[in-house]
Amino acid sequence: MADPKSLYQEVILDHNRKPRNYGELAQANHKAEGHNPLCGDHLNVALKLEGERIDAIAFQGESCAICKASASMMTASVKGKTRQDAEQMIQEFRDMATGTLETDKQAHHLGRLTVFAGVRDLPTRVKCAILPWHTLHAALNSIADTSTESENDPMHAPIGDA
Amino acid sequence: MTARLSTLSPPPAPALDVGRLRADFPILETRPGGNALVYLDNAASSQMPRQVIDRLVRYQRSQHANIHRAVHTLSEIATAEYEEARRKLARFINAREEREVIFTSGTTEAINLAMHGYGRRFIGAGDEIILTTLEHHSNIVPWQMLAEEKGAKIRVVPISEAGELLIDEYENLFSERTKLVGVAHVSNALGSVNPIKQMIAFARARGVPVLVDGAQAVPHMKVDVQDLDCDFYAFSGHKLCGPTGIGILYGKAALLERMQPFKGGGDMILSVSFEKTTYNVIPQKFEAGTPPIAAAIGLGAAVDYLSGIGMEAIAVHEHNLLDYASAQLRRMKGVRIIGTAAHKAAVLSFALEGVHPHDVGTLLNQDGIAVRTGHHCAQPVMQRFKVPATSRASFAFYNTMAEVDALVAGIRNVQKVFS
Repeated sequence: MADPKSLYQEVILDHNRKPRNYGELAQANHKAEGHNPLCGDHLNVALKLEGERIDAIAFQGESCAICKASASMMTASVKGKTRQDAEQMIQEFRDMATGTLETDKQAHHLGRLTVFAGVRDLPTRVKCAILPWHTLHAALNSIADTSTESENDPMHAPIGDA
Repeated sequence: MTARLSTLSPPPAPALDVGRLRADFPILETRPGGNALVYLDNAASSQMPRQVIDRLVRYQRSQHANIHRAVHTLSEIATAEYEEARRKLARFINAREEREVIFTSGTTEAINLAMHGYGRRFIGAGDEIILTTLEHHSNIVPWQMLAEEKGAKIRVVPISEAGELLIDEYENLFSERTKLVGVAHVSNALGSVNPIKQMIAFARARGVPVLVDGAQAVPHMKVDVQDLDCDFYAFSGHKLCGPTGIGILYGKAALLERMQPFKGGGDMILSVSFEKTTYNVIPQKFEAGTPPIAAAIGLGAAVDYLSGIGMEAIAVHEHNLLDYASAQLRRMKGVRIIGTAAHKAAVLSFALEGVHPHDVGTLLNQDGIAVRTGHHCAQPVMQRFKVPATSRASFAFYNTMAEVDALVAGIRNVQKVFS
């Protein structure tokens, strides 16, 4: 079992203190709201799709450090990517957080996002890390809002080919 | 654990021989996750002493059969032990009669039993149920279900900034349509001890029965249902050093007799034909099916254990723990205690500036400190204080001042990580 202390690495604490792409996005054409009713976390993801490319993205909300840092690093990672690339990262991030993708053994496109790999050992925190990615998926597909507990929970549905 | 010396006056000497009592709890010697366990999540569930564990084992090894059924010796032994447990519980809360003690699966089922048995028979369209902002969801949702089914209304007693019920507002909520009051004895989220004796007297003077959710009170103080004069009192075994899956609904006999059964099945009947079924007398009328016999007997052993220590001595020690912990947290910058009622029991809810409770919980856990973080199944309380969640340390008599020091050191560490 990985040392859970590795979860609160400086990069995560830094993104929690100074979240990137935080705030409103005036020119957004896709939006979604995500919430986790179990802990009260909620966040909004807004993005501007230019053709198939994510031209701009922003988020805001109230959440724990894991969720906020995940959202911040997510926005930095997917900005400029195509919808298809973003969906692949959503899938890979989810697989990493739930332990089905071993980032040190299998190929992936997550880069520095592997700092979140430690959540796989903290089952109650997995949803904190995944919530921004659920919400991005919902925004890309223009689902008005998403929840880690709802019946259309992307956690229980295939992500990537919606 | 590294006890940090406090600049406060030294903690008061324990009213109990806590070291000796701790030796009764095998789990306190375990090291989940590799650290010495500092278990401060007693409001969620308490730990079990070997006296109760041994009693469960003895029952399963040598006394188990189904109860109230067969003529064979083992069944008679099991039945006698089960009914002896009921007597112990009746004595523990000073019920007038043991048939006023109904075994349920826990507080939640006890409240649901009262809702189905009393509420569905006696509460109708336009009637009103008074609840409080401090209630656990288990004393809100059943009544909402009833209100929706019957067209009844729920009125809610507000609380002050300290987390105390506003008693004037409570009294003003009564009307001719008030049919029931549901109130927590002790708030699970804040620890406030509510003035239920006064509230019960007010309701009963108007002919309104009162259900008390005692889940967070019974483990921490002497409860006397006759002195309180409540109509119902619900609590759980697993917060009382007993097993999960067992709890109690106390109800006044006259009221229980007028109620309709909750669950239908074996043991709750006197005779059955397809034309007519005659229900059994109380308490069996409410105990359909084979009950959790071992858990009931285990709970009997648990209240024996607690009575042996003395609920008064337990209350004194836990107050000392709470006072010491509260004083420490009050002195810390960036720490806000949520719930500052004058009269509190065993619960310390707090928020750290700039740190989400889930991060607090995860980081404290790395030091072996078990606290609860979240909304504590009391979302109306969270809404009242405008927080999504809190961190909650909750004490039992086997906790020590050194464990409070460990909590304080753990909180300092969280603040350091997030500084």
